[in-house]
Amino acid sequence: MGLLSKKDAKLITDPLADNNPITIQVLGICSALAITAELKASLVMGIAVLFVLGIGNVVISLMRNIIPSKIRIIVQLIVVASLVIIVDQVLKAYAYELSKTLSVFVGLIITNCIIMGRFEAFALGNGPWKAFLDGIGNALGYAVILLAVGFFRELLGSGTLFGIPVLGDPIEKTGLYSTGYENNGFMLMPPMALIIVGLIIWVQRSRNTTLIED
Amino acid sequence: MIEHIELFFKSIFIDNMVFAVFLGMCSYLAVSKKVATAVGLGAAVIFVLAITVPLNWLLDQYLLQPGALVWLGPEFAEYDLGFLSFIMFIATIATMVQLVEIVVEKFSPSLYNSLGIFLPLIAVNCAILGGSLFMQSREIETLGLAVNYGISSGIGWFLAILAIAAIREKIRYSNVPAPLRGLGITFIVTGLMGIGFLSFGGMLTGGDEEVEEAPKEVVVVETTEIEKEEDNQLKIVN
Repeated sequence: MGLLSKKDAKLITDPLADNNPITIQVLGICSALAITAELKASLVMGIAVLFVLGIGNVVISLMRNIIPSKIRIIVQLIVVASLVIIVDQVLKAYAYELSKTLSVFVGLIITNCIIMGRFEAFALGNGPWKAFLDGIGNALGYAVILLAVGFFRELLGSGTLFGIPVLGDPIEKTGLYSTGYENNGFMLMPPMALIIVGLIIWVQRSRNTTLIED
Repeated sequence: MIEHIELFFKSIFIDNMVFAVFLGMCSYLAVSKKVATAVGLGAAVIFVLAITVPLNWLLDQYLLQPGALVWLGPEFAEYDLGFLSFIMFIATIATMVQLVEIVVEKFSPSLYNSLGIFLPLIAVNCAILGGSLFMQSREIETLGLAVNYGISSGIGWFLAILAIAAIREKIRYSNVPAPLRGLGITFIVTGLMGIGFLSFGGMLTGGDEEVEEAPKEVVVVETTEIEKEEDNQLKIVN
């Protein structure tokens, strides 16, 4: 595998910023908000979507000429559902605690609009290699936002990153806590995720003013 | 009866589909620019949820739960088809939505025209699949409760999209900073509404009910006082 051509590389880098699935295309919001209270959950969800979108895009792209238009939604749903069942069973087998935290949101990857959105917008009209890159790019863009939200929520909400205390011990009052700092428990509540994504959108659109809506 | 009322209010206010578990956010954000379309989509969501949740409950009860296949014969008691839940649920949902689309097109062409692309989109709306999955994970017990859960979670979603559409219509006249206009401010306002809905959390707990406390167990330890000095000494036992 040599260097990717410029156009191909763009398929991966565009969704990371300018065409981000969550903040620009407004897809895949549900899971981005619900499970980001812990950085570990965000990472696992990002990997799961990477798997499903990468392989799903390739499968749909390979089948694109033989799917009759009338039943294409059903075919897409079946492909995604099968991939998600695999992800779910693997999670339940190797990371049971995490699968409990993610609970129904693993199943909801099926209806994650990024996946159906990319199938319709890209995989149905392009070859397998490009579809694979597009899938990887969008999944990475999604994962970046998830990790950003998860980072702030876990750091400010419980003072840990990936479960490792980084600001000191809140009970023993070491580290940052000795100055009187307390964990902001509110960060772990669902509404804060919405506000953090709103702030990320603010920053993103300030830096790239072409994205501003009227 | 009381559990129906409890489930009804719990699903609308405390476990609100949008503010507590973030289901259906994509269509929530995309369709909430005008109150009229928001009402139409909200009504469609209530309708689809009210039909698909009980249907999937029946599927879960008689096909997917561990030991559910007992009605076929006792040798099937050990089968656990739970892993097929996703495919079966999404299949019922896709079929029901297709049916709803046909019915709406026939009986109300104006509604069909205003909803346009949204009807097929409801099939992949995570609120619909989420409703069925939560019904399964929370182990809703009866068909009646399943119908109740479908309708009430739909009403919760409807309330949310109605509120945000009304706010978005008015907020056009406010001085929102340019990068926040449209999507950004919607996220933040939804977050603030979510914080408001958190206040409902105390609604169904505590109150005037007297909770019967389980009788506390009192443990009595018998101690014997040693009365004689000689009993207190180690004796060699033969």
